[in-house]
Amino acid sequence: MKNIIEEEGTNHQSTVENFLSNSKYILIGVFFGIVFVKAEIVSWFRIQEMFRFASFHMYGVIGTAVVVATIATLIIKKFKIKTITGEEVVFSERPFNKGNIIGGLCFGFGWALTGACPGPMYGLIGSGFPVFVAALLSAVAGTYFYGLLQDKLPH
Amino acid sequence: MLELLRQPWHWSIAGILIGLTVPLLYLIGNKPFGISSSFRHICAACLPSNASYFKYDWKKETWNIFFVIGILIGGIVGSTVLANPNPIVIATSAHEQLSQLGVKEFSQIVPTDIFSFTGLLTAKGFILIVVGGFLVGFGTRYAGGCTSGHSITGISNFQLSSLIATICFMLGGFITTWVFLPLIFKL
Repeated sequence: MKNIIEEEGTNHQSTVENFLSNSKYILIGVFFGIVFVKAEIVSWFRIQEMFRFASFHMYGVIGTAVVVATIATLIIKKFKIKTITGEEVVFSERPFNKGNIIGGLCFGFGWALTGACPGPMYGLIGSGFPVFVAALLSAVAGTYFYGLLQDKLPH
Repeated sequence: MLELLRQPWHWSIAGILIGLTVPLLYLIGNKPFGISSSFRHICAACLPSNASYFKYDWKKETWNIFFVIGILIGGIVGSTVLANPNPIVIATSAHEQLSQLGVKEFSQIVPTDIFSFTGLLTAKGFILIVVGGFLVGFGTRYAGGCTSGHSITGISNFQLSSLIATICFMLGGFITTWVFLPLIFKL
């Protein structure tokens, strides 16, 4: 088990993966996308219910996911479970910076407007709401804007 | 069985399955679960820039792009083969508040009077879709993660910054819902 300081979603596998090996992530994504749609996490209404305290649904989804992920992470750490290629699992450390607050608030504003965090944007495009291509392109533009300004923003 | 799968899934089922994605990605590929990073990879791969934020080995992160393409395909499966035959059920109080606000369409998973190409051309549609999307892309990367990267992966690895970010996500959502949305819907 290693703790390293890094960004979200960074690949820590030292074995290089080719196209075929990478395609298993499509399958995990498909499974994940189905869950998103079937539990209506992609729904603007469910997100509005959450921010209006009108339903427990989204709190239940996120809360359960956190509990399950925490237990699983503790088990991997405790028993030093290796990856299928025999590598030590790397856990990312995220030191606090001001971006967590300012960026976090900005994402919160956007989340309540679009009713979609990044995952559901992709799921909604697949679900027959092509207008979310506009939301996705705009999100990519937002990330590009952040990348260009990163040095000038408080962190 | 198919009938059962077509019903909307209970939050506990979804929560367990999403939670299990975290160890699955750790053990299959030594990867921390995160989705908003895909925006950064798209920028790094497709857009010209000298910014240091986009100078990294994005090819090593191809898996993340495959993963989000999978989510899109999952969206197709979930809305066709496994589609819920009934209209979405919305909590009465939220339904009332949203009607008062000016939402008209309640039959699909998103209000299609706003989230459609005709809606996009209206001021409120533009703000909800385009401005909202921009804030999601800007905010998640500035915060260093989204609901998956911070709220689920980060908190499950006891990262204080992830807990703080999550509190800010919620706070931003409450402010928008209660303060900004009523103003936007008046446009």
